[in-house]
Amino acid sequence: MWWKFLLGIYMIFIILGAFLYAPTAKGLGETTRILFFHVPCAWIATLAFLVSAAYSIRYLRSQNMLMDLKATSAAQIGLVFTILATVTGSIWANEIWHSYWNWDPRESSIFILLLIYAAYFALRSAIEEKQQKARLASVYSIIAFVTVPFLIFVVPRLVESLHPDPLINTQGKIEMDSKMATVFFGSFVGFTALFFWMLYLKIQTVRLSQVKIKVNSGD
Amino acid sequence: MVKIKATNLSKKFNERLIFKDVRFELQSRQSLVVTGQNGSGKTTLIRIISGLLSPTEGKLVFIKDNQEIELQQIFAFIGLVGPYLQLYNNLTAMENLVFFSKIRGLGTNKSKILELTKQMGLAGRELDYVKNYSSGMIQRLKFVFALLHEPPILLVDEPTSNLDEKGVEIVYGLLNKQMEDKILIVATNNPEESRFGQTHIHVGL
Amino acid sequence: MVKRTFMLVYNSLIVFQKDVQLEFRTRFSINAIILFAITTLTAISFSVGPAKLDITILSALLWIILFFSAMTGLSHIFVREEEQQTADTLRLVTSPLAVFLGKWLFNVVLLFALEIIIVPLFFILMNTSGGNSNLLLMVLFLGSLGLSTVSTIIAAIISQASARGALFAVLAFPISLPIIITSIHGTRLALEGNSVSTGFSDLQILISFFIVILTVSILTFEFIWKSN
Repeated sequence: MWWKFLLGIYMIFIILGAFLYAPTAKGLGETTRILFFHVPCAWIATLAFLVSAAYSIRYLRSQNMLMDLKATSAAQIGLVFTILATVTGSIWANEIWHSYWNWDPRESSIFILLLIYAAYFALRSAIEEKQQKARLASVYSIIAFVTVPFLIFVVPRLVESLHPDPLINTQGKIEMDSKMATVFFGSFVGFTALFFWMLYLKIQTVRLSQVKIKVNSGD
Repeated sequence: MVKIKATNLSKKFNERLIFKDVRFELQSRQSLVVTGQNGSGKTTLIRIISGLLSPTEGKLVFIKDNQEIELQQIFAFIGLVGPYLQLYNNLTAMENLVFFSKIRGLGTNKSKILELTKQMGLAGRELDYVKNYSSGMIQRLKFVFALLHEPPILLVDEPTSNLDEKGVEIVYGLLNKQMEDKILIVATNNPEESRFGQTHIHVGL
Repeated sequence: MVKRTFMLVYNSLIVFQKDVQLEFRTRFSINAIILFAITTLTAISFSVGPAKLDITILSALLWIILFFSAMTGLSHIFVREEEQQTADTLRLVTSPLAVFLGKWLFNVVLLFALEIIIVPLFFILMNTSGGNSNLLLMVLFLGSLGLSTVSTIIAAIISQASARGALFAVLAFPISLPIIITSIHGTRLALEGNSVSTGFSDLQILISFFIVILTVSILTFEFIWKSN
């Protein structure tokens, strides 16, 4: 219980740190602040997808509906964060490059992830029977997951990148000011904890509502 | 010697319970009749035994000569006749049967096929398209389909639906023959047909 | 083990042959897919008129036509079985993998058959020629293998859902993206006259994607095919 309050206080610190403590990056000005929220959102969008696919595999192995519930819940949260990442990214892009959307590799990737999530939920809503829904959605989740590594390779072929690579380039070298780095990675940790907490909440909520149905129907 | 063991089979669709605690044990020369009203779950039970559906709970085991048959191989041991089973309308009866014969690894033994169609009263109509068959003829053809590979287990859901007197006679003869040395499971509403099983299970809550 | 593999291949070919036989009788899929492709191509050609299009755009158009043609015609192979209720019959007579491989082969052949007609027509109507035809053929071949594999496995999934038409494209598009993007890129390289070695990395991506998606399809098909 207590750690939820701790997480809340931690996130307040992160937000304060993002606006007051960390300096701005060269050339980006005050818009840098969005970095501390936008990138973790994109990270969670991907993490959620991974978690969902993992639970999908577990469902296929065990036929346990709880696994499907976990997969769906992770996907729902992932969808929310994908939308957040896309929107924050688009706003940022407009501030800096004066264009809301350019199909640069990172923008394209997050958009494709959005399409995959949307397809996953479209599939789920097209099937009535619960076990069949779980089974087919799990298979799709796995197939989509396998596609993702290819997308990482392939998408850069679209257009040259507008994304600020000098700051965080693909070799993993981080050329951030140490204060920025602290808030940045701190934000990552906070968001990840937030994701797992939301996942736990979502699953518990659904399970409780299922119990409520059983009790009400006098089973 | 082939055996089927069913323990505590139950089936739910979403939250709706279809049936529960179904159990039986059958071996060659034994037969089972499943009765129940329309919509009671007879068909669901037959579909579970045939491998088309999985039970929500419980176990279904097939044994041949004291060795358990792998799930993936069970289809070779079963013949199924039922109203929901369809054959390929745009192929002739013979083309359908040749396809099924080949895919079951029986080669193209046309004479064997013709023997069966003759037995079921379809002689001379093998080259007609299935879409031009009457419903009674389709029912007879389904029996040919089910018996092509001489399955040790025959599942028949509503044996005489759409059949005229002659067809009923043929089918009853066939069911009797199956009971002689194989396993027969019949699902039916017709009280006349309950004689086709030594064991009876009534499905329905 | 060898016997099982042989049975598998044999049964797949029997399923394939049955589907071809049915297709010749009814011509559902082939008519739909060719008519769609020709209609789309004509619409584009009319709209563009005599103007000669940029090679990048041409490459993109070709693969858009191919993708949507696949979306029109490659789902029938499973949807038809479910709609006519012969899917259960098929489940009763052979293993899932044989069904998948037979139908996969059907879709591969169907897509190739379409391309034999549409690709030359495309280049004639769009007033383009030249370029490295070897590279182009390789990109077409490998891209089509990938596209038909994706279409087959997704068709299997949606055949058990409702709203199949729209759902097919919605599900297949994200998964097909690696093929579409890479094939467009490779086609552009080919039309610009580049050598096969320049386009080699594209070919590598196409072939590895094909292998991966075929493997995943084979591993997961049984879960799709067998109902609960």
